[in-house]
Amino acid sequence: MNLIGENLTYKPDNQFHLNKVSFDFKKGNLYTILGRTLSGKTTFLKTIAGLLNPDSGSLSFEGKDFSKIPVWERNVAMVYQQFINYPHLNVYENVIFPLKQRKLSKDKIKTDVDEALKTVGLIGFENRKIQELSGGQQQRVALARSLAKKAKILLLDEPLVNLDYKLREQLREEFKKIFSKGLSSDAILIYSTTDPQEVMELNGEVIVLDEGKVLQKGPAKEIFENPRNLKVAEISNDPPMNILKGIKSSEKLNFENISINMPKHFKNLQDQDYSFGIRASEIELNDNGEEFEIELAEISGSETLLHLKKGESKVIALIEEVMNFKIHEKVKIKFNENKFYAFNKEEELISSPYGVSNG
Amino acid sequence: MEKLYKILKYTFITLWTVFIVAPFLWAVSTSFKDFQSVNSKVTYIPWLDFEPTLEGWRVLVKSPARGGVDIVEPYFNSIFVTCTASLISIILGTLAAYALSRFTFKAGFVRNNDITFFFISQRIMPPIVLSIPFFIFLSTIGLLDSLLGLVVVYIVLLMPIAVWIMVDFFNRVPKELDETALIDGCNPYQAFYKVVLPNSIPGLIVAGMFCIIFGWIDFFFAFILTFTEVQLLPVKVVALNSSITPWWSLSASALISVAPLIIVAFVVERYLSKGNLSGALK
Repeated sequence: MNLIGENLTYKPDNQFHLNKVSFDFKKGNLYTILGRTLSGKTTFLKTIAGLLNPDSGSLSFEGKDFSKIPVWERNVAMVYQQFINYPHLNVYENVIFPLKQRKLSKDKIKTDVDEALKTVGLIGFENRKIQELSGGQQQRVALARSLAKKAKILLLDEPLVNLDYKLREQLREEFKKIFSKGLSSDAILIYSTTDPQEVMELNGEVIVLDEGKVLQKGPAKEIFENPRNLKVAEISNDPPMNILKGIKSSEKLNFENISINMPKHFKNLQDQDYSFGIRASEIELNDNGEEFEIELAEISGSETLLHLKKGESKVIALIEEVMNFKIHEKVKIKFNENKFYAFNKEEELISSPYGVSNG
Repeated sequence: MEKLYKILKYTFITLWTVFIVAPFLWAVSTSFKDFQSVNSKVTYIPWLDFEPTLEGWRVLVKSPARGGVDIVEPYFNSIFVTCTASLISIILGTLAAYALSRFTFKAGFVRNNDITFFFISQRIMPPIVLSIPFFIFLSTIGLLDSLLGLVVVYIVLLMPIAVWIMVDFFNRVPKELDETALIDGCNPYQAFYKVVLPNSIPGLIVAGMFCIIFGWIDFFFAFILTFTEVQLLPVKVVALNSSITPWWSLSASALISVAPLIIVAFVVERYLSKGNLSGALK
């Protein structure tokens, strides 16, 4: 009785949007699709909605072949990254639109719409025109419309990406609340995003997508702790995980110009070349550390991102406070060696600080 | 500097307004003159320069048997032909434009843009090129010198305009809007008339206005495809001119020919200023 996709492939113009994507989504669960722009997230959602027909593969829901059912009979709801509403209708008419389409009783419609508007916090805005609302409010209307419908499959395509920073934080919090209480047990929620932080916060089952291909599937924690390969490590971290090429010797990890103590969890690794990964947040300013030159310093929210360079080695460090640096200034940093990942020549994860490694 | 700009601006606007309005004023005053006032000397102001008369206007509604020219019937013929042809052109043209905007067509080397160009190309040729084919076509199906025949020909002339304007308009309506309608339970036809069409009203008005203008002012096809049974207004107005040019009734008929377009322009202008799409995609 699940939503099951098997080997879904969509390849217009000789470029894979979906490449043999298979999944088994269970009701009552939240699934997040994580991938960069153009990784096939929207195609994935549109295929489930029925707006796109895959070239091959099968899609079934509740045991029925989904590909035989046209979009308008699929009972799905979708929120786009652009704020799509019906401009000729006011807020209330927008939310009621899908319910009217299904010819439900008037009382039922009224309660459902009121409930949805309450959930997204738009009570009192019923008679406003869409054009009079802010971006965040417009996106709430779109969300209310998809919630009021009580669809069995709810698709959210990067719903926060076009909002400004503050609003995004705020709506993300609300999403968490809405999803935790409002998601009925027979609905499947699929949420796509480019932002690893959203994925971690929503804490659902994650599918990492790149060039239409599923790179890794699993709970958010698992993706975070054990990214299967370099690409997943890159996609599932913002800023992307720092990757340094180096050699492991018996006592040390040697990078160009830098040498650090060998992390304990690496002791069973053979002495050879690896790509070592370390998150930006695991690098700290320390007077006893290695000297790096600042190439760029950016302040984002309450954090400072330092783009650092030493010889050919470049790393990004995330400092948890707002600090002012000058470009070309020298700073000393220390790597938290216990948080190093090791990837082999095939770019697969060999060792992680969280113990588990690939097969 | 700003003052100079303002002065120049208003001077230009004034001159331009005079340039536009003067012929109308001239026509209005002439329509109330009689033979004497037109031909003897230059006259401008009624009651001072000349004695106004309604003769020029009366001639237009009198039947030919009583010495009039009767433009009432051609007037309603023109309204009927223009409105019917415009309406059908807008309906068919909008449907065609929506299809061209949303679906991908492939037939050999022909693509969407080629089909759109095919429509527009109907207007690129000088009308005279089409005159003989139209004449033969209408005479073959027995619609020469009939209102229905003119409607058919005008649809051919007006639909390209509707298609052209509406394709451009629909391309600017986000595709996600249709998709959302489909997801919300509309079948493609409902999505079109419940969501896309209500948001395309400005486009429809522009297209409708152009159709009405081009239909209303056409003289060429009205002239060569009709003889005695049916006459359209532009042909009748031109036919007023005989050995003695009746300036008074010519002016009066010119004024009432232009009147509908002026009314249309005023009505349409109100709708056009209301941009309606801004909330669809921010």
